[in-house]
Amino acid sequence: MPAVGTNVPRKDSTEKVTGTARYVDDLVFPGMLHARTIRSTIPRGRIRDVRLSFDRAGFTIIDHRDVTGRNVVALIEDDQPLLAEREIRHVAEPILLLAHEDLDTLRRARVDIDYEPLEPLFDPTRSTQLLKDLRIVKGDVEQALAGAEVVVEGEYRTGHQEQLYIEPNGVIAVPENGGVTVHGSLQCPFYVHKALRIALGLPDDRIRVVQTETGGGFGGKEEYPSVIAAHAALLALKAKRPVKLIYDRLEDMLATTKRHPSIVRHRTGVTRDGRLVAMDIEVLMDGGAYVTLSPVVLSRGAIHAAGPYRCDHVRIEARAVGTNTPPNGAFRGFGAPQTQFAVEVQMERIAEALSMDPARLRELNALRPGDTTATGQRVEADCSALQVLQQAVERSDFHGKRERYAGTNRGIGLSLFFHGAGFTGSGEVKLASRAALCTTERGVRILVGSAEIGQGTRTMHAQIVADSLGIPYEDVETGLPDTSNVPDSGPTVASRTCMVVGGILQRCASDLRERIGDMHPREHFTKHGATVVTKEYEPPHGIAWDDDTYRGDAYATYAWACDVAEVEMDPDTYEIRPIHFTAVQDIGKAIHPVLVAGQIEGGTAQGIGYALIEEVVMREGAMANAQMTNYLVPTTLDTPTMDVVIVETPSHHGPFGAKGVGEMPIDGPAPAIVNAIRHLGLDIRQIPATPERIAEAACVSA
Amino acid sequence: MRTAAAALDLVRPKSVEQALRAMADDPSLVPIAGCTDVFVGLNAGTFPGTRFLDLWPLEELREIGIRNGAIAIGALATHAMIQESAAVTSRIPILAAACREIGGIQIQNRGTLGGNVANGSPAGDTLPVLAVADAVVVLRSASGERRVPFNAFFTGYRTTVRRPDELIVAFELPPIVDVQWFRKVGTRAAQAISKVVMAVVGGERPRIAVGSVGPTVIRCTKTEAAIAGGATFDEASHILEAEVQPIDDIRSTASYRRRVCGNLLRRFGADTGR
Ligand SMILES: Cc1cc2nc3c(=O)[nH]c(=O)nc-3n(C[C@H](O)[C@H](O)[C@H](O)COP(=O)(O)OP(=O)(O)OC[C@H]3O[C@@H](n4cnc5c(N)ncnc54)[C@H](O)[C@@H]3O)c2cc1C
Repeated sequence: MPAVGTNVPRKDSTEKVTGTARYVDDLVFPGMLHARTIRSTIPRGRIRDVRLSFDRAGFTIIDHRDVTGRNVVALIEDDQPLLAEREIRHVAEPILLLAHEDLDTLRRARVDIDYEPLEPLFDPTRSTQLLKDLRIVKGDVEQALAGAEVVVEGEYRTGHQEQLYIEPNGVIAVPENGGVTVHGSLQCPFYVHKALRIALGLPDDRIRVVQTETGGGFGGKEEYPSVIAAHAALLALKAKRPVKLIYDRLEDMLATTKRHPSIVRHRTGVTRDGRLVAMDIEVLMDGGAYVTLSPVVLSRGAIHAAGPYRCDHVRIEARAVGTNTPPNGAFRGFGAPQTQFAVEVQMERIAEALSMDPARLRELNALRPGDTTATGQRVEADCSALQVLQQAVERSDFHGKRERYAGTNRGIGLSLFFHGAGFTGSGEVKLASRAALCTTERGVRILVGSAEIGQGTRTMHAQIVADSLGIPYEDVETGLPDTSNVPDSGPTVASRTCMVVGGILQRCASDLRERIGDMHPREHFTKHGATVVTKEYEPPHGIAWDDDTYRGDAYATYAWACDVAEVEMDPDTYEIRPIHFTAVQDIGKAIHPVLVAGQIEGGTAQGIGYALIEEVVMREGAMANAQMTNYLVPTTLDTPTMDVVIVETPSHHGPFGAKGVGEMPIDGPAPAIVNAIRHLGLDIRQIPATPERIAEAACVSA
Repeated sequence: MRTAAAALDLVRPKSVEQALRAMADDPSLVPIAGCTDVFVGLNAGTFPGTRFLDLWPLEELREIGIRNGAIAIGALATHAMIQESAAVTSRIPILAAACREIGGIQIQNRGTLGGNVANGSPAGDTLPVLAVADAVVVLRSASGERRVPFNAFFTGYRTTVRRPDELIVAFELPPIVDVQWFRKVGTRAAQAISKVVMAVVGGERPRIAVGSVGPTVIRCTKTEAAIAGGATFDEASHILEAEVQPIDDIRSTASYRRRVCGNLLRRFGADTGR
């Protein structure tokens, strides 16, 4: 019986449901020390003096001078120090590391730091520190705008968002084999491996990174674990003992990355009958204090900024700038939720300006197979923007409800969106990911660096391998990645784990099938011992991308979706309650329909939080509501009923036609909800659309 | 937990008398009931106390009954018990309604009415109900018992007339004949600290109290007097918006809170046909 397309039991379900799965804080090593990070309390300045006001007996202490390799968090640019030397650029910047075997003694240790404070900058519009800029140009925007019958302008703002994975960041570093092994809660074992090599100055084979069961990531464990792993490793190597470094919720929220806030401006030229003729778009993202992943977040954001629409004249100018807040970083969607919020609310305002039905406006302009995107990419037969739109409109009775709700305290709104699967541009070629299969006495074992972080990686990979080999799902073994025995399949990000890594695994399987003939791999193993097949990513034919001009095929393919949000406003408290949601999402092929629906429902709920309640309150560069008491995410009572429809228009780029589903669901809810609020007659262009903001808008429109 | 657990002491009295004697002997003892508020401070490493007196086993402080026509609720009654009490749901359903909106089920099973009041947060959800109920706080120490009107219990932000050697043992709520009304406004549908929480008892001279709009829960006597004097609810709403003293904080803004207070009073008027 084929496994693909069925809801097989998850590979990790028994351990997680029975509570026997071990997370990093469950692990104890003999002689283990606990660690603590001493952080800056000012947003900008210089360190004048650090005084240790405690008895140092039993302590291991580290500052920037103890970094044995280079004092940098190795990522895109090497601008972020592992430990501040003199300059402070944000609150909660690590300065000193302490380790001790007794947690209470460790916590009591007092460190006083004197600073020479400097004027901080928090407003990205005033920043002169450019982290990255890029331009996408198609046709001649100025000329097209000048000739347009109607021009609509608008500015849209989105705030920070906290990933709020259930398990905070944490690692344990163990000195062994003349080097160090780091066990941790993370998404990208090989990112951590590289960062450790550079920070510690050790050769590759002295460093080992092992993922522990991970309680969620949402991008928050993409780049940050490199910091915490290097900290623990430095302490462990100096102490010559295992060191556990676990953040509590407060520290995690205060110090680690969030979604980039954005300001996006649109100037759109349209004909009176609703055809887009020019899109002029400016994207500004607040990167925080260091570069981290801002260039690639900006890049994905910019590429998605014109939405899934056909338009001959497009100009997108995008900048990420520095401010004195903790660095922002990866978060599910990676720039696309910000820019697609802007374009979808802009589309709504264009419909309003033309007195046109918002679904009709999108229908007229949606990309069809053969059309080109802003970067000039010709979309293929799997472009189903129009179908998902029509299906969502029909299923939700959009037009009927739009009429019935008019003038009541209910509103209905929609958003049409897309999401590129895999790394942007030439990213996948540069990554050159590898994956492997190894025959075992049970069947076959999957060897990948991809991390299970709750989303179902192991299960989905095992389904692909089982069917590609023609063996039962139960005969496929999976496990936690350990850099000493799995190949580097790239990071577990960018909606790439199914399409890209799953695709490599599928090739491994067909190669293995050729080698072992008709035999079950178990039988082959018994007769011949272990056989390993390793394959590397092969760029699809006919895909071309130019990093300098931002022209070409930005992604191998895209997934397409349409959300319809129905909301109700409380006239007394201005609270917006989503009452029903329709999500029609074409992801090529649902390898595991329940897991896919889970991604869509979860991403939608997270998007509802982003739209309405998740507000990071920044005061003097620090998150003032860094606890779960005051940074609130939706509960089940805040989450409406959802009609999730999975559409399967296969793509020839992914295994069994699959594309990516991890991120797309969070792109659509915020604009759909804000457009539903607009249907109530309230001019909202900023998220989160808190009751406080709704009250102000209601006051203006009253 | 950021607080060093090894440095904490816990005293477990066997009776209320023992507890009161311990408090008289050692003013540094912090009484804990459900510990749901105290633990948040301990976890953050910001709670100043280190010596605790565990009231949880003192069953006699958990009783809910009728005394001299008033309903008497023991300080240790949990939010779950209060919701289940027939005496409460029949006489003062808005108290049950307030308890139903406190935290989640785990917190309701553990958190107590005495703790909600003694903690003194202006956002405590039962406080406006006790204020409009004209409740009496029963305080007891080793040297005796005294009764303080709930509306004279708070003296400022998280300060009360309770002496360090006193325990709250009970609340007495006289019967209410007029219509009762309660509304909590938080950031999300459940599990949220109130941005505004209001209780109203109707009648010729209504009683109105609001939480989260000042340093303590506020009995809005000016607004009450205006309605008693014949003001419409619309007029009274404007008076209420001026009478509350909200601030901007990490949860909301002063102007939002004012406006919502006014709207809620209008809603009460509309709901109760005035
Ligand atoms: C997750 C969570 C959600 C919450 N949600 C809400 C909410 O929605 N609404 C709300 O109002 N509160 C909420 N709370 C706060 C808290 O649960 C309530 O205030 C609860 O009623 C406190 O009762 P307790 O018995 O746990 O108090 P404790 O923590 O035991 O004590 C609180 C304070 O009162 C003092 N105290 C306790 N009992 C007595 C007594 N008999 N005499 C004298 N002093 C005493 C203690 O010394 C301490 O200072 C929440 C708390 C948590 C952790």
